[in-house]
Amino acid sequence: MNEARFKPGERVRVMKAYPPGHIRTPHYIRGCVGEVERICGAFPNPEELAQMRDGLPAQPLYRVRFLQKNIWPDYAGSASDVLEVEIYQHWLEPA
Amino acid sequence: MKDQDQGKYRPLSYFQLMEISLRELLVEKGILTNAQVDAEVENMRLRTPERGARVVARAWVDADFKKRLLENGTKACEELGLDVPALKLLAVENTPQVHNAIVCTLCSCYPRMLLGIPPDWYKSRNYRSRMVREPRAVLAEFGLNLPEKVQIRVHDSTADMRYIVLPMRPAGTEGWSEERLAALVNRDSMIGVAVPKGPTD
Repeated sequence: MNEARFKPGERVRVMKAYPPGHIRTPHYIRGCVGEVERICGAFPNPEELAQMRDGLPAQPLYRVRFLQKNIWPDYAGSASDVLEVEIYQHWLEPA
Repeated sequence: MKDQDQGKYRPLSYFQLMEISLRELLVEKGILTNAQVDAEVENMRLRTPERGARVVARAWVDADFKKRLLENGTKACEELGLDVPALKLLAVENTPQVHNAIVCTLCSCYPRMLLGIPPDWYKSRNYRSRMVREPRAVLAEFGLNLPEKVQIRVHDSTADMRYIVLPMRPAGTEGWSEERLAALVNRDSMIGVAVPKGPTD
């Protein structure tokens, strides 16, 4: 299992990458900056599992909290509204 | 639907054919038996939102259970004899300041072990794409208009976690039994597109 690089409260950026294959990082969140809400544990990498490999070492999985207005510039709603998404560590970089 | 009512012949759809072919192959090759397939379908049918409602009602009457539920949803469900296999359950709590709602934009991840089979709208492109983009408009279409001061927290269930919303206990239900409380909790309030109605609502 890979070590968790980020702690709750830390600011992270979702990588803006478009690799082919089975990816569990939604397109709309790539490139966005948010804050680690919690570490969910480590899970086999679904991108590897989809290729019939074992997905090991397990990847730390985070719940990352984003302000809606940082995702959608024209967001209609309260400035405090948030979105939380599960992102695997290899999709995150420090921000 | 109308065509079926009139007894008109309808060929199997692509996916129906695919399902039958795959199932027959698995049985033919001895990987599954028909009895196992039937048992699993029956199991799926037995999982209904009443399971989730039991969890919510227990959390409303038992503060310690609620604490454990928010810390580790999977373990807390086991206490009630509800098996939540091979994945992690996160309960997210509504408060006067925060309203939670659940969506899966990538496919249709859903806490089936607590809520059963997802409604069609949950799997629709419309709900999945708009719930993360304009949640207030979507909730309003469900009849839920929340004031600006309430933070909307949308959870996109993209990976290994499954979510259930723990709604707020309605006013006027003091002293109610767990069973009576559970009857107030419907599926939509555990997805977060509705809130339970109490006797004074």
